[in-house]
Formats: sequence, C-alpha cells, structure tokens
Amino acid sequence: MIKRKLMLGNEAIALGLMENGCTMATSYPGTPASEILASFAALQKEESMPRHVQWAVNEKVAFEIAYAGSMTGLRAAVSMKQVGLNVASDSLMSAAYLGVTGGFVVISADDPGPHSSQTEQDSRLMAMMAKIPVLDPDSPLQAKEMVATAFELSETFEIPVMLRPTTRVCHARQDIQPGKIQWHPREIDFQKDPARWAATPKFRFHLHQALEKKLDAIAGYPKTAPIRLNAGANASKALIVSGVAAGHAKEIMKDLNLWDRIPMYQVLQPFPLHKDFVSHMIDTYDEILVVEETTGIIEMQLADRHRIKGKLTGSVPRVGELLPETVQKIISEFAGLEPVKIDAGSDPGVRPTLCAGCPHRAAFFAIKKAAPKGIYPSDIGCYTLGLNLGAVDTVLCMGAAVSQAAGFYHAFKNEKKPPDIVATIGDSTFFHAGVPALIDAVVQKVSFVLVILDNRTTAMTGNQPTPAVGLGAGGEPLNSVEIEALVEGCGVKFCRVQDPYNLNEFISLLKDAVKYSREHGPAVVISRHPCLIDRLRKEKPAHRPIQVQVSDECDGCGFCVNHFECPALVLDEEAEQVNIDPILCNGCGVCIGVCPKNSIKEKGKDRSESTK
Amino acid sequence: MKQQIVISGVGGQGVLFVTRLLAEAAIMKGFSVFTSETHGMAQRGGTVLSHLKVGNFSSPLIRPANADGLLALKAGGLNQHGLYLKPHAWAAVNRREDVVQDSESPVFAVDADELAQRIHQPKSVNLILLGFTIGVVSTAVENRLFCSLEDLKAVLEKSLAGKKKMLGDAITALETGYNGLRTI
Repeated sequence: MIKRKLMLGNEAIALGLMENGCTMATSYPGTPASEILASFAALQKEESMPRHVQWAVNEKVAFEIAYAGSMTGLRAAVSMKQVGLNVASDSLMSAAYLGVTGGFVVISADDPGPHSSQTEQDSRLMAMMAKIPVLDPDSPLQAKEMVATAFELSETFEIPVMLRPTTRVCHARQDIQPGKIQWHPREIDFQKDPARWAATPKFRFHLHQALEKKLDAIAGYPKTAPIRLNAGANASKALIVSGVAAGHAKEIMKDLNLWDRIPMYQVLQPFPLHKDFVSHMIDTYDEILVVEETTGIIEMQLADRHRIKGKLTGSVPRVGELLPETVQKIISEFAGLEPVKIDAGSDPGVRPTLCAGCPHRAAFFAIKKAAPKGIYPSDIGCYTLGLNLGAVDTVLCMGAAVSQAAGFYHAFKNEKKPPDIVATIGDSTFFHAGVPALIDAVVQKVSFVLVILDNRTTAMTGNQPTPAVGLGAGGEPLNSVEIEALVEGCGVKFCRVQDPYNLNEFISLLKDAVKYSREHGPAVVISRHPCLIDRLRKEKPAHRPIQVQVSDECDGCGFCVNHFECPALVLDEEAEQVNIDPILCNGCGVCIGVCPKNSIKEKGKDRSESTK
Repeated sequence: MKQQIVISGVGGQGVLFVTRLLAEAAIMKGFSVFTSETHGMAQRGGTVLSHLKVGNFSSPLIRPANADGLLALKAGGLNQHGLYLKPHAWAAVNRREDVVQDSESPVFAVDADELAQRIHQPKSVNLILLGFTIGVVSTAVENRLFCSLEDLKAVLEKSLAGKKKMLGDAITALETGYNGLRTI
C-alpha cells in the first residue's frame, strides 16, 4: 500500500485529476491556484503518459484549449484564480450552452480575505450566471474526491462543472492516501455538429432550454446532495455550512457542545441547490443559519426569507474571510451562547517588499528620476510592490497599465502641460493582456512610455515560464516569442532594451524615451534582468556580485531607505548611519548610484581610492 | 494526541520549511495533520504565518487562544501572534535579549541569528529555532512536543536523501539549536 502523503490542497486536486483520467490540463498562474498545474506537470513527468499539460498565455486561451479537448471526448480541466475566470468568462458562458463531450472541470480558486487578489469575488456566482453546477470543497482531501464527482457529473449531463476551492483549501496541507492513477485511453473523436458547436442565435435558444433542463436534473443528482453531519441532534434551529467554513464549524460545534444539539448540514454543491433539500429545510426548521464564503449563494436559493440568517440578514459578515474565530462568534450567537471575546492582534506585521537586489527596484528608482512628476500606471505582479517606492499610482487588473496610461493621456492631452506618463507591466502580464492595449495605444498615438519589466519569468506566482522563455510546464523545450519582436509588431517605433542594474544608462534611456513619447507616441523600454529567485533558471547569473559598504560620510539622511527601499539597507537612527545587512544583500550594487552623497561604495574600489 | 502550533516569521526565513518538517514528522508517527500556509505576494519579505494541527481536526486554521505553542522566527512574532496561544502555552522566540520568565506561560529565547552566523549558515535560523524548541519544550514543558529530535532527523534524512551536504548542514543547525539552550 502507498503511504499517506503530506499534500498541498492544489497537489491533491492535481492528483485527483490524474486519478480520474484527465488528459488535458491547462492554466494561467495565479495565487492561490498556481500549484495545481505545476503539480499535474510533475505527476505527468513521473507517469510519462501521453497527456497534454500547459501554461497558456492567459486564462481565456487556457479555457478554450481544454474545452476543445473535451469536445473530442477526452477528460479535460482548466485551472485559474477567481479573477482569471473573469478573463475566461466569455468562453465559460458560451461553453455552458454548448455543453461538453468528455468530462470538463473548470477549477476557479477563490481568495476570501483577500490574501493575494484584487477582489474577494465568489466564483460560485459566476457558475450561477453561466448556469453550471459548482462544487465547494472543505479540505484538500474533499477537493481531491470532488474532482472524481465533477468528472462524473460533467459527463452524465454533458455540462462543464466548476470546482471552487478557496485559499484555505489550496494552501492547506493534509495527510492524504494517494489512490491509483487511472489510465483508460479514450478514443479521440470529434463529432461534427455545427448546430451545436457553431450554434447561431436561433439554435442558442434551444440550447438554453436544454441547459435549464440539465440544471433541474442536477438539482436532484444524488451524489452531490447535501450531507446531514450529526444525525442525533434535534432542534427547531439548523445550521447549513459549506466549503472551508464547514471544516471550521465542525470543530467549533464540538468544542461548544452543540454537536448533539443543533442539526448541521453540509452543502457540497452550492449551485444548483438540491430542491428536496430546500423543501426539507423550510418544512422542518424555524430558524436556519447559513455559513459560507464569500457571497450568500446557498442562502439566496432558500425561499422563505423570514427563517434564514446569513449574509443577507447581516448575521454573517459579507466582507472578508470567515476565520474560525468569526465562525465561532456567529454560531455562538445563533445558539444563544455567550460569545467569547477575542483580542485581535494589534501589530500590523511586516509589509511585503521587493527582494533585496530585485531588478524591478532599480527600474522603479530610474523611472522616478526620469519622470519625477509623472503618472505611473502599473499592473499585477511582484512589481505592484513598486507602491512602496512611490513609483506605482494605479493597479486595476491584468493589462490595465497600458490602457489606463492611454486613458490618462487622452484625459490630459488638451492641458497646457500634460504630465509624462510612465507605465510598468511585467513580461508575463504583457503577454497575457497588455498586447491588445499596446496596439490600441499605437493607433491612437498615445504619448507614454511603457516599461516592460522583463525578469524572464512569472515571478509572483512561483516562477512559471513566460512565452519568451521557451519552456513547457514540465521544463520541456518549446518555441519562444521574443518581446522586442512583439512590441515592434504592435507598431511601436521606439523599443530599446537595457539592464536596470546599469542604473545611469537606464535612467538616460528612460529620459530619451520620455522625450520621444512627447513628440511621437508610445515608446517602449524593456527592463531586462532575470528574477533572482527563479529556480527554473539554470544558467549562471551574468552579474558579478558587488560587495558594497557604507562609508563614514553617511549622515543617516534616509534617502536610500525611503526612495530605494531595499531591505538590505538598514537605517540606524541613533547612530545616524545606514548599515548593509550582509545576509540579505545580494550584491546588485545599484544602491551605489542611489546615494545622493556618494556614501555607498564598492568595497575594493573604496580601498584603492583611499590609497591613491 | 492533539497539538496546535503556530509558526511565524517573515518571507524568506523558511517558515514553510519548518512547518512541513513538523507535518512530515507527524505523519511518520502515525498522526493526522493539517497545515495552513501563506503563499503569494505576502511571501515577498512580508509576515508569514503557518498553522500546524496534529491529530484529528477538520479545519486547517487555529483559533486565537487555542494554540499549544508558538515558534517565532522574528522577535516581534510573540507580540504579533501571541494571541493564538492558550493559557499556559509555550513560546520559543528568536531574539537577542533574555525574556523574563512567567511560570504560567513559559517563553524561551535563543539568539538564533547569532548561532547561525557562528556555524556559517546564515539562512539556518529556522532549523536552529526548531532544534532549540525541541530541546526546551521536551525538558521544561509538561505537554511535550509530539515529536523528538530523532524524529526530525529521520524526516530530514528522508527528504534530503542524496543531498549529503545539505543534510549535514541541516542536522548541524538543528543540533546547534538543540544544544544552545540558555534560559533553563
């Protein structure tokens, strides 16, 4: 027997896909979903079965590739974070009508909190809008089991099925007994049926009717029906729980001695909610509390509003993560118990920051030098942390840096002295959603500089390859698309590459770009230096580490700490001196050019100068 | 066996590594285990917090005032995450200064940064504090840790099999912490 293994929720989901014969898996990285495809690729390498696994350029592309796989009869899955589903929503809405052939699972990982996202949106609402069923796991183990259920459900009703884990499922680890990896090769068969696969609006009407019929039947599907957790309990009140809140609630009900008193139900499929269950709850109980994340999806499907307590009644907070202490407070109040007072931690902790030696930091410093009064639209990635340097003014969503820069330009263009606009976007984000916006900016003659922060990887989500890297999800060699060629292909006439570690050259290049953009429209500067923590990168770094030291001339003015914000530069306020943390410093040497008083120097050079 | 432990630090210190090591030890000893981790942007130098629950649990998170122990890789972690500790729970903290002992809730301190420099492994603060915790909790606390130094070594030997240098360094760090007891 294979031993129990410590498994991340996302690894458990990947194993679930493997065990259930998923043949095509696609994704675009995003926290908390990224490790699903990475784990699938790792398992695929071990098993060496002919499956297709890939990082796609964005979630919409990922969705459509996997969906076409399902159209040929194969089992397929696409995974992404919740805001990624926004990008793929066009495909999702339509695919729900057309249905599937092989089982098709859409994994959309939500991030209540939010911990690492721009919204707390509930993907289950998106399932509701698309009219597809959604499963809501409470733990890594249940997430893995639900993958099997999702494929069955999908094939039984020929419908895409959503699996909606949350951060606390994706990034929890649990001991799990691995099952057997199934490999039943299926016959690949694309049945041409234009009335379905290329349906015109007239046929769409019929497909919509068929979809509603499917949903009616799924609301009675036995395998996904709610579970009664504590058969012995009997009261006029009942509790409905779902997702990770169910995990919290089970522990809390036992700790509060309510397990034998208040009936408790766990919903596995929040949409469509089982019809018999709705009737049973309304017929049996006077008061029902619903605890779910993040929107009241289950709650709003329960008729008779007078009996239901939840998000809509304000009994459960509508914003933020349902931490177990919050769930305890809600259940205590519902059960008529004295709520426990919990002291909240007052210490805000340490804010995130770019790594010491991160090339983005140098680029941001240079941007502030080249366009000190500029507007700085930015985007989604590690470089959002350019906020700390005052070099990021806006962060909306993937790709918006480019289009927002255009919007600012159009808004200000008739002013006497329009501000310079310098936008920043990461390499992966540029590929994902920046390209169409750049084409638009070229056509509209938008005066702005776009700095593409090209660190040769998708850094924040764990260093997945970008299209420029030319590697697959399992590290296999593929073709690559170069950013310069792409930028030039968009019609940009000013496109230069520079390493931001060469700070002075980089600043002067940016100044040229700003000047050019005022007259001629978009200018692009590619800031190229590999990410320091990219584990995929095999070749040796080109940069020779520079040993820096702070001379006695340092008067502790704090300029470097405030404007460069490197964690390796530590200001000792009492001694009026900046020190370099030797553990954190990676020897980029950029700070030498940052100090306005030339107090930061290279070690050897300082000595040779002093002996002159 | 039911134990809940909170591990806190900042991104890059190896909070996740320590959490995983303890979780693997729990599995090796036949216990069920749940951990919860911080990933994504917060990992970039920001505060990182792990929850570890050994035994039968259904939630991956520890509620405030429920933890049996706290490992703080930064001195500030005690103030920041001490709220998770239940009465009489222990805390092991990486800090320079000694801590005034409160017999009800013992706090043990070790200068893991300094020890890490001394063994020329500046990035081994996490394993030093873990070794220290094992030593101090097993001798000074009634409710002992669910695993021993030997258990952790066995896990390291398995997970770092074939990486002789890394394994040797890891065990040195662990033992340095274990033997670096100061407060008792």
